[in-house]
Amino acid sequence: MLNYILRRILYAIPILVGVNLITFFLFFVVNTPDDMARMQLGMKHVTPEAIDNWKQERGYDRPLFWNDAAAGAGQATETLLYSESTKLFRFDFGVADDGRDIGGDIRERMGPSLAIAVPTFILGLMANITFALLMVFFRATYLELSGVVLTVVLMSISGLFYIIGGQFVVGKLMHLVPISGYESGLDAFRFVLLPVAIGVISGIGSGVRWYRTIFLEEMGKDYVRTARAKGLPEGRVLFHHVLRNAMIPILTGAVVVLPLLFMGSLITESFFGIPGLGSYTIEAINAQDFAIVRAMVFLGAVLYIIGLLLTDLSYTLVDPRVRLS
Amino acid sequence: MSALYALVGAKPLFLWTDLLIWLLVAVILFGVSYTRKRPHLLAPWHRVARSRLAMGSLVVLLVYVVIGLLDSIHYRPALEQSEPGDEIHYAVEARTVLDWLVGDLREASEKSYSAPMATHLYSRENVEGEQGVTQRDYPRLKYGGNHLQDPQQRSGDITQSLLLGSVQGLLLWSLIVLMLVLWLRYRKGGSPLQRIVTLLRGHADVSEKQPLPWPTILWVTALVSVLLMMAIQLGVKYHILGTDKVGQDVFYQAVKSIRTGLVIGTLTTLIMLPFAVMLGIMAGYFRGWIDDLIQYTYTTLNSIPGVLLIAAAILMIQVYIDNNALLFETTEERSDLRLLFLCIILGVTSWTGLCRLLRGETLKLREMDYITASHAFGVSHLRIITRHILPNVMHVVLISVVLDFSGLVLAEAVLSYVGVGVDPTMHSWGNMINGARLEMAREPVVWWTLLASFLFMFVLVLAANLFSDVVREAFDPRVQSRGERF
Repeated sequence: MLNYILRRILYAIPILVGVNLITFFLFFVVNTPDDMARMQLGMKHVTPEAIDNWKQERGYDRPLFWNDAAAGAGQATETLLYSESTKLFRFDFGVADDGRDIGGDIRERMGPSLAIAVPTFILGLMANITFALLMVFFRATYLELSGVVLTVVLMSISGLFYIIGGQFVVGKLMHLVPISGYESGLDAFRFVLLPVAIGVISGIGSGVRWYRTIFLEEMGKDYVRTARAKGLPEGRVLFHHVLRNAMIPILTGAVVVLPLLFMGSLITESFFGIPGLGSYTIEAINAQDFAIVRAMVFLGAVLYIIGLLLTDLSYTLVDPRVRLS
Repeated sequence: MSALYALVGAKPLFLWTDLLIWLLVAVILFGVSYTRKRPHLLAPWHRVARSRLAMGSLVVLLVYVVIGLLDSIHYRPALEQSEPGDEIHYAVEARTVLDWLVGDLREASEKSYSAPMATHLYSRENVEGEQGVTQRDYPRLKYGGNHLQDPQQRSGDITQSLLLGSVQGLLLWSLIVLMLVLWLRYRKGGSPLQRIVTLLRGHADVSEKQPLPWPTILWVTALVSVLLMMAIQLGVKYHILGTDKVGQDVFYQAVKSIRTGLVIGTLTTLIMLPFAVMLGIMAGYFRGWIDDLIQYTYTTLNSIPGVLLIAAAILMIQVYIDNNALLFETTEERSDLRLLFLCIILGVTSWTGLCRLLRGETLKLREMDYITASHAFGVSHLRIITRHILPNVMHVVLISVVLDFSGLVLAEAVLSYVGVGVDPTMHSWGNMINGARLEMAREPVVWWTLLASFLFMFVLVLAANLFSDVVREAFDPRVQSRGERF
């Protein structure tokens, strides 16, 4: 087991190196530090000295890939690629354009992101599985047909409209909860309620359909026929046998996104003014702060890889047939 | 050529996305003619054609596609010459055939917000009264309902237009039915009356094994043509869905956004398809280090959060466009490049799913006996892939293309909201939502821009979802075997 985990972590390194190369290419080669300096200092009236100063402050004044001026190994190490990559791998994200420490910001903003993402995820999963099971239970009736129609309709509405509509009806017309904002501690409850509810509802359409196909697939298996032949009531077949077996594909889908919950949701957070990582990213994109975007890309990749690893490990927990090799 | 342009008074403008769209149309037409002659390929399509749901949504989708195609022929109208005999200059702002068809709608712009079907502006302004006294009042619109002497007549006028529109719509529909009857009589014979009964009541011909669900098709067509004629009747007199902040007609914007939505939904898949198919099959077929390399590539790309990759790439292309502003003669060319690039980068982030599916499918296929037999006969790898593997994974490709469409249309709105979608000057539902969402906080609320983008997007995505469901069921071998078991 430990061996397997170790090997998987070793596999992750080339992927992270690849991600790092792609982001480096996008942020430093396509868009050179000179461009960045010019953009930050204002497009016009920039003296070459100011650009040099700006680059020196951030340590961007080294050559990109190969340093002819240095000696020995320094030719490879005293370059932008090397220094920026090693910084990322040490999770040292540097400072943002406004001088704040990115690592500190990320730690600070993780809390609000999780406060939204975790309840949305858990409640959403429960709601989706429940509705999907009910639809399978009532299959070949009008109840199921209307459920199918409803999910297609829900699926066809853009997520933006759920948020706008929810804010308008619940926040503005009914004054039940604040439209946007956030407070730490227990007060957060008022602010979290609406985003979580909207997050669950907007995910129901595609979620229920997805789980319904999984359940239907399981329903065709032989063990279901055996269970019915033994005379078990349909409810027990469904909730006991089918649900357990369907946990394997459900788990694959769920565990892989688990670590990504840390990243928060871009749209929800910026609409509701929640100071999480999602709105952090959007602000960085709008302000064209490449250091933050780059840090978030790297963080996202790390979390995704952790998700893949967790998925494989969870297989062994729920499915005794799977052995790690 | 320039003489010809001068004669027509317009110069065609070839945008990249236009060319690709028409290329796609050509590919689809070729695919249709190729499929028609091959019964085994036609069989699943027959299943699709028998479904009432699929054919009903197909009619709706076709209306969108026709509008989108009309909007994909760009030209630059000639500017008026200051003196006869001067060199002719062409406008910097391109038009499309659709603009030409809707005519006034484009020019009819008011001062600011006005509600749907309104005759007055939505906010008070200083108006000069009859005796030269200025007072705060809602001024009349320049275009919306300006044919009315007295705004009081508005509701009567609207009812009249609606009635006229529905009569015209029914006439148009009857014309379509008539043509269908003639065509069916030409193809299959029988008396006209018999044909009409077949069409409207859905009586299956004895000769036909798989009748098309004509009643559904015709009822949806009737609905669409009545709505279309109503929109035309009302559109020339009023702003059907009001006007936005700068007074532009919202209905016109929503119609123009159709092209953007369709381009993103289709071109993205068209661009990524060759890579996904080629790499997916290669990974599954050759295995070994090729498989490792391809798997590594898509795991790496997959592990970068999609929105962030898109954001980074779009920021880069915007820097390029800003630095090379001189390369683009018209604003359309500039926003078109960004649209094309958005499709490419969306393709880069979305090909991995299809690639993985194809790899798995090919892994299964390569162990089949007929592939082993081909190897024994010394058939080359290339030939095995193109002749034996590719046709057998095409259903996976088709299902994924059809399923991706609606997701991409929805993604456009979200990306435009984040600020990394299409060019802000381009008409798109995302830009409409983005511009209007703050107006919900206004008092009184300006709701019609959101309603317009919601309606247009919802109908398109719903139709696409319903259609893709049927296509998936018709093509997915697993679904069929499941159907037989029950």
